[in-house]
Amino acid sequence: MDNLIALLIAAPLLGAAVLLCGGRRLDAAGHWIGTALAAASFVLGVVLFGDMLGKAADHRTVTQHLYSWIPVGGFQADVTFRLDQLSMTFVLLITGVGSLIHLYSVGYMEHDERRRRFFGYLNLFLAAMLLLVLADNYLLLYVGWEGVGLASYLLIGFWQHKPSAATAAKKAFLVNRVGDMGLSIAIMLMFTTFGTFAFAPVFADVARTGEGKLTAIGLMLLLAACGKSAQVPLQSWLGDAMEGPTPVSALIHAATMVTAGVYLIVRSGAIFNAAPDARLAVTVVGAVTLLFGAIVGCAKDDIKKALAGSTMSQIGYMVLAAGLGPIGYVFAIMHLVTHGFFKAGLFLGAGSVMHGMNDEVDMRKYGGLRKYMPITFVTFGLGYLAIIGFPGLSGFFSKDKIIEAAFAKGGTEGWILGGAALLGAAITAYYMTRVMLMTFFGEERWRNRATASPQEPDVEPAAEHHGEHAEPHPHESPKVMTIPMIVLAFGSVFAGGIFSIGDRFVHWLEPVTGHSEGHSPVSAMTVTAATLVLLVVGVAIAYAQYGRRPVPVVAPRGSLLTRAARRDLLQDDFNHVVLVRGGEHLTRSLVYVDHTLVDGAVNGTAASVGGLSGRLRRLQNGYARSYAVSMFGGAAVLVALTLLMRAV
Amino acid sequence: MSTAAVHSLWTTAADPISRIQAPKIEYGQLSPTLIVIGAALVGVLIEAFVPRASRYYAQVFVSVVALAAAFAAVVALAADGYGTTKAHIAAMGAIAVDGPSLFLQGTILLAGLLGVFTFAERRLDPAAHGNRVDSFAAQAASVPGSESEKAAMKAGFTTTEAFPLLLFAVGGMLVFPSANDLLTLFVALEVFSLPLYLLCALARRKRLMSQEAAVKYFLLGAFASAFTLFGIAMLYGYAGSVSYARIAQVVEGTVTNVDPALANTMGNDVLLLIGAAMIAMGLLFKVAAVPFHMWTPDVYQGAPTPVTGFMAAATKVAAFGALLRLLYVVLPGLRWDWRPVMWAVAIVTMLGGAIVAITQTDIKRMLAYSSIAHAGFILAGVIATTRDGVSSVLFYLAAYSFVTIGAFAVVTLVRDAGGEATHLSKWAGLGRRSPLVAAVFAVFLLAFAGIPLTSGFAGKFAVFKAAAEGGATPLVVIGVISSAIAAFFYVRVIVLMFFSEPRPEGPTVAVPSPLTMTAIGVGVAVTLALGVAPQYFLDLASQAGVFVR
Repeated sequence: MDNLIALLIAAPLLGAAVLLCGGRRLDAAGHWIGTALAAASFVLGVVLFGDMLGKAADHRTVTQHLYSWIPVGGFQADVTFRLDQLSMTFVLLITGVGSLIHLYSVGYMEHDERRRRFFGYLNLFLAAMLLLVLADNYLLLYVGWEGVGLASYLLIGFWQHKPSAATAAKKAFLVNRVGDMGLSIAIMLMFTTFGTFAFAPVFADVARTGEGKLTAIGLMLLLAACGKSAQVPLQSWLGDAMEGPTPVSALIHAATMVTAGVYLIVRSGAIFNAAPDARLAVTVVGAVTLLFGAIVGCAKDDIKKALAGSTMSQIGYMVLAAGLGPIGYVFAIMHLVTHGFFKAGLFLGAGSVMHGMNDEVDMRKYGGLRKYMPITFVTFGLGYLAIIGFPGLSGFFSKDKIIEAAFAKGGTEGWILGGAALLGAAITAYYMTRVMLMTFFGEERWRNRATASPQEPDVEPAAEHHGEHAEPHPHESPKVMTIPMIVLAFGSVFAGGIFSIGDRFVHWLEPVTGHSEGHSPVSAMTVTAATLVLLVVGVAIAYAQYGRRPVPVVAPRGSLLTRAARRDLLQDDFNHVVLVRGGEHLTRSLVYVDHTLVDGAVNGTAASVGGLSGRLRRLQNGYARSYAVSMFGGAAVLVALTLLMRAV
Repeated sequence: MSTAAVHSLWTTAADPISRIQAPKIEYGQLSPTLIVIGAALVGVLIEAFVPRASRYYAQVFVSVVALAAAFAAVVALAADGYGTTKAHIAAMGAIAVDGPSLFLQGTILLAGLLGVFTFAERRLDPAAHGNRVDSFAAQAASVPGSESEKAAMKAGFTTTEAFPLLLFAVGGMLVFPSANDLLTLFVALEVFSLPLYLLCALARRKRLMSQEAAVKYFLLGAFASAFTLFGIAMLYGYAGSVSYARIAQVVEGTVTNVDPALANTMGNDVLLLIGAAMIAMGLLFKVAAVPFHMWTPDVYQGAPTPVTGFMAAATKVAAFGALLRLLYVVLPGLRWDWRPVMWAVAIVTMLGGAIVAITQTDIKRMLAYSSIAHAGFILAGVIATTRDGVSSVLFYLAAYSFVTIGAFAVVTLVRDAGGEATHLSKWAGLGRRSPLVAAVFAVFLLAFAGIPLTSGFAGKFAVFKAAAEGGATPLVVIGVISSAIAAFFYVRVIVLMFFSEPRPEGPTVAVPSPLTMTAIGVGVAVTLALGVAPQYFLDLASQAGVFVR
């Protein structure tokens, strides 16, 4: 059984290789090959899960050593996989949600000429993500980390003929590079500190290491997590990443890849446990991001960007929980899994709406769609209820636990973090209600509008099949798209309850992450009650603004905060002024130094080597007689040297 | 010579015939060589008796089967433990059956097999008068441009003799690294050299250039052989024997019974040093080390490209094998004398090859200089004089031969009206028109340059590590500098292929038959496999890294 772990990765990797190298002859069947291999990986994951459940809780970690890549002295780069409860959770989430989204994409990408390539990239992503969560050392994890970055880049820019998509892909890549640099520095620090980067020996050695070094490693890991998980200050790429096809947004930029940062922090729990300062930084980042994302989500009229803000905010919750240490790790992962269900479901719902609306993304041009797309409405609605934390649904359990844990941190910090988390819950209720009302309720604002307002310049290419200026005819999506949405809706409704009742999830993950109950200054009941009150307040405000009054088709100017939030709270302006301009000045001065000093030296060397080459070349004159002379001379020198060596 | 000695010679010759004992030959252990030589003889018979039309198929079949069978025999011997525990000296002390022998023989046989595939390619050149043709001349004996040549072409002749010639060359190469006395060494040297001289002259296009290359190769090769033979004579004079073991004993001073006839010369160190240097020179000529490298660019350029690929790979393997055995088995006691000399040769070879390659404009000449630079890198591993040194050289040779055959096979694909388009400027923009071929060639170039995740990196890393541990750190520094220089001209070709505008009247990429595709595919696969997971093969080379004495 334990030797099957590599197959989990091999199946989608094979799919990627076959689909990307197979050429056009696979165009007809490529999408099914990709889906089948994703599903195969999921089935294998379930089998391994069953096997794992049969073992005692403390003996569930298994490893598979594949090979060593050039062992040199103390540098041991092993390709070893580790399957424990934490990675098992991720394997099931990645392959399960991944398979559903593969299936959904069969319908969603039906009219795209490059569908085979799309599935190849999706399979590549699955393989890289599984490598990331199954790696037994940080170096191998880094391989997966870069792999998902590559897949994300390729998929955001999948419609590369759109300049906006190409730019968004580049932006995601560049911003992620900053985070990746953090991870590589962390790995180097680990190697100099511990002499290895395999999980077990690193964690075992933590106790014997100074806190300063651990804090440095922790902060670098946090930087990596910020990049991959779109946390402040490296959050700016996620909104633009919505340029990718919607299934990509659902799988990579909502359910799985963006949660890799949370995985990294929880996996490195042993390091963070011993570095309270790094942990504090993690909680601050989480709290700031959860508010940041929520505020951005309130102001967006693009349905996918509103959901992207929400993703950022929800991952902020997870990061906050992970920063709380052993009281939060389990809940971070639990929220990650439930969020994987409902956010993927919401994105697929959004994709289904766009599919029926000529790929329109502006919610101001939606309205009253519940009649036309009943299945989408119900599944989206269940996802909505789950994310705002409606009692009994998934989000209720997982988010509530995080808020409780934040208070349980104790002291002023506990109050601030708990308060931020509570406030975030209220804003979540507000912006999600807004999305719900603008899309599915109210008057049908899309009627008679299409001719009056020309389409947005950046329509997705599928629009060509519907006619450019026709009035949309909203319709329900085909079964291949609705079935994944229904399955995910079940997850959104029940997962939280299944995990929470009897603390099943806590007991499941405890052997890996450890768990401790904090001492909350307020009772759990009070927290729950406060959350619910704020939930109602958020919903009520949204209803007052968007349910009772008609929604203007052209966005009003709005307050200063609204305008700032529409511009993603000025993140790009900030980056431009501080980083781009500053960077430009720095590069300009470096370029000057490079041109004058470095190039001078390099070009001088190159010119002299080239000149030498030209002169030596003339010795090769093509006459066998001069070659023979050269050989004779060489032999004479050889003999003379040999004799000389003896003489001296 | 004293009268007593003369008398003894007479009496020896006059002894009854029964005093000569029949040699004991371990046919099973020599089977790889015997299979290949046998198949070569069958090939000669095919030329004599099989109708012209079916000769090609018969020759290809016999060659492929023989090489595959010989490789299977090598694997069987290795599996039987002849590479490690049962290693010994066979055929009355003439042939060593040990780890390095078997490893190198396996490499040579695989290189030969891929070589046969590229030799047998008949889809690249346009059919002449309705007959499929390969890279070889219609009739090698006809004067270029003459009426008889035209008649031969019209009749659809092809030089199918190339296949038995290749088998004879492979046969000699199999013996060369396992030769355990100097005479066997010399015979093997000639057995594999002569067919190569002929093969070089067989090009279908640019025949004058091809024949010029062959003549140069032959003249210089004969010149080098003469040195080798002279060196062998001197070592015989020094040790009174041509056997490696015996010479090594004399070098170490552990010999007691001295042949009275040789008492005057035996133990004379001047003879030893001069002789050793001259034999080494012959071997350095074959591996194309500076300053014995001058033939390489001309021959590589003039020879038919499949021959170049095979020769560049297999000759290097065989010659380095022989050099290793000479230095590690015969002359370890002389280490302090030959190491500084080899240092000097390695340094000028690495730098010379890399520097001169920069200004080359012909892809085949560039690869020739690249092979010279690689000879220098391998010499760095030879100099280590440790077990790691041996195994790193073995690994490097295996990795290098697959890259080389693959790279030259790609060169055969890029063609214009005049045959192969080998001028570098014609390769501009190839990546736009034929992305797959350009990408494959880029993989080979990156492997030559020693970029990680290719076999070139693993090999270079292994030899430099061995050299550094063997106390040759300055050599490693120079090696890395040469690698940096070499990276320039490899990467330049990649830049040229992918980032330049294609020329309007540029060459086309011919679609090869599965034969060449196999050769290229195996080359790429081995290059990547040895780069991604080198450890297994490094272990294999390490196990094989002990010479039997």
